[in-house]
Amino acid sequence: MRHTISVLVENKFGVLARISTLFAARGFNIDSLAVGETENPDVSSMTIIVRGNDRILEQVEKQLNKLIDIIKVIDFKATKHVERELALMKVKVDKSNRTEVLQIVKTFRAKIIDVSQSSVIIEITGKEEKVNALINMIKPFGVKELSRTGIIAMGRG
Amino acid sequence: MQKTGAQILIECLLKEKADVVFGYPGGQVIPIFDAIYGSPLHFILSRHEQGAAHMADGYARSTGRVGVCLATSGPGATNLVTGLATAFMDSIPVVAITGQVPTHLIGNDAFQEADITGITRPVTKHNFLVKDIKDLARTIREAFYIASTGRQGPVLVDIPSDVQRAVTEFIWPENIEIRSYKPVQHGHPGQIKKVADAINESKQPVLYTGGGIISSGAYKEVIELAEKADIPVTNTLLSLGSFPQDHRLFLGMLGMHGTCYANNAVQNADLIIAIGARFDDRVTGKVDAFAKKAKIAHIDIDPTSISKSISADIPVVGDAKTVLAELIKNVKKNSHKEWLEAIGKWKKSNPLSYKNDEKLRPQYVIDCITKLTKGEAIVTTEVGQNQMWAAQFYKTNRPRNFISSGGLGTMGYGFPAAIGAKLANPKKQVIDIAGDGSIQMNIQELATAVLNNINVKVIILNNHYLGMVRQWQEFFWGKRYSGVCLMKGSGCPDKCNKPQSKKCFTYVPDFVKIAEAYGAVGLRCKNKKDVISTLRKTLSLNKTVFAEFIVEQEENVFPMVPAGKPLDEVMTSLA
Repeated sequence: MRHTISVLVENKFGVLARISTLFAARGFNIDSLAVGETENPDVSSMTIIVRGNDRILEQVEKQLNKLIDIIKVIDFKATKHVERELALMKVKVDKSNRTEVLQIVKTFRAKIIDVSQSSVIIEITGKEEKVNALINMIKPFGVKELSRTGIIAMGRG
Repeated sequence: MQKTGAQILIECLLKEKADVVFGYPGGQVIPIFDAIYGSPLHFILSRHEQGAAHMADGYARSTGRVGVCLATSGPGATNLVTGLATAFMDSIPVVAITGQVPTHLIGNDAFQEADITGITRPVTKHNFLVKDIKDLARTIREAFYIASTGRQGPVLVDIPSDVQRAVTEFIWPENIEIRSYKPVQHGHPGQIKKVADAINESKQPVLYTGGGIISSGAYKEVIELAEKADIPVTNTLLSLGSFPQDHRLFLGMLGMHGTCYANNAVQNADLIIAIGARFDDRVTGKVDAFAKKAKIAHIDIDPTSISKSISADIPVVGDAKTVLAELIKNVKKNSHKEWLEAIGKWKKSNPLSYKNDEKLRPQYVIDCITKLTKGEAIVTTEVGQNQMWAAQFYKTNRPRNFISSGGLGTMGYGFPAAIGAKLANPKKQVIDIAGDGSIQMNIQELATAVLNNINVKVIILNNHYLGMVRQWQEFFWGKRYSGVCLMKGSGCPDKCNKPQSKKCFTYVPDFVKIAEAYGAVGLRCKNKKDVISTLRKTLSLNKTVFAEFIVEQEENVFPMVPAGKPLDEVMTSLA
């Protein structure tokens, strides 16, 4: 089962290490982790994507709540929420295929943010599946570099 | 008033009423030691930082107050790790202060640098690196608060040497408020009512109580609940002493080396009320076969303990004392005559006993300690057979009188813990029950005890073996005694299962001479007839004493539930 967990934490050094230690000590692989400051500079928000059965994840959630620097833990499993990811990809292009690449980018409502003779950089935001779909479409042209932020999530309403 | 970081630390420790601090100096804590010099702080110099951590732990377990230890950066700090892990596993309030290299050198692989907050993260409740002197007083205050509230545990504060030397105004933060840390005290009334209803309906209930009873001080409440609802009580290793041993409802310890009747009661119960206990695998045996007929009510201050290994039917998060006070109001007066009669039969058919013949058996020595001290002494233990025999045969009716490393099972714990306990309880007799293996792990603390006139008694049950591992090798590994004989030397045959061979060394080490070398008293007893007189002499001396008892070499701990087996598959002998 895939879980999207949102964690509000004190914005202090070492907090990320505490959380990753907690996951690592139980043999969990974190699929995705995104961290950033919230509207309050003392507080950071982390979005963690992790897979595991419900019983184990319940323990993880409890253990997270036990850490002193953690303010709030939400597992979005039963909550309506939105998820987004940002990806940048540098793609090989030449005169012959540049238009085709631009067409794909337009279809995905992505952006070209840098152009050179031999490559373009594409920026896309969206659900993980959308980002994956664009990457799959672009792959045949030759992806020179790919960088993804990891997923961030927020409850609806 | 302007003070240095080191002076602020000492002021904070005094304000927190840390009347004894155990530790060891080094390059990066010299400012702190300079501030200790001439201060009212009672500092005890251990001979190893691990010893200091266990001393702080023994001090904490015997008093309920926070124990404090102090070490320098790098190896000094890493030497604390076993002590911190021991306290962490058993939820003991300890604050460890470590020196760190100056802030500008952190991360540069400086001399004696170690990322001690990183290293101790999994074995502390919380830890801090203080990078600004302005945060120091508040951090120390928070460390004591976190260590001593909720599910208690060790907290480490790492202080770089430049922060120790920096100067600022000392402001003591009277109030403490940590946004993200709000331990739950009161249980949910609806859940407590559910537990009470389950108790009122139950025909065969058992109270299973753990270390949480000791840390919350819920002894009277457990007795009141047990007597009102007529429920038998079993203790974990960590809660021994919290329920009177001679009480008609007492079942003794449960689990791997628990009494047969405690384990039978658990396996046949229709309701288990677990309080401040965490269903350790040494307690449950095979998890799938644990108390299959029973509904499980679990009261614990730590929600992560609930349903971790055994699923709870009625979870209650809260402090044991507070929850029990509410529970007692909702529980009806009851009688479980038939259930207690059935338990009485198990008690008669399988009592806790040992062969009382002419041989010098370790259980007899501990039995005699109970008789001579009337269970009033604080007993600490090392780990292994000595620990389990002490748990089975040292009978005390007082909480905080039986002190042992449960969760981590730390050999070398008992002696320094005894030193810590004695400093906290100078009027009480303090005895460490040790094996010849365990005592050698922190034997250097003899110097600490002798030079500080710390009158602790170490009873060494010497069987020349690492006894518990030898027992497992005997039972489950075809008697292949690999790496457990403490007398094995270069002249010994590769395979040796004849410990009484005439070629064996007599004493390595000679504990009597070791005691004497440190200025303590060493005594040796080889015969059963001399046990009482040796113990009398040991207890009467106002000095540190090593009393060595040369016991039966292949004596085993019974009953025993083999690891991973159900609690009712118990071995009571090898036959």
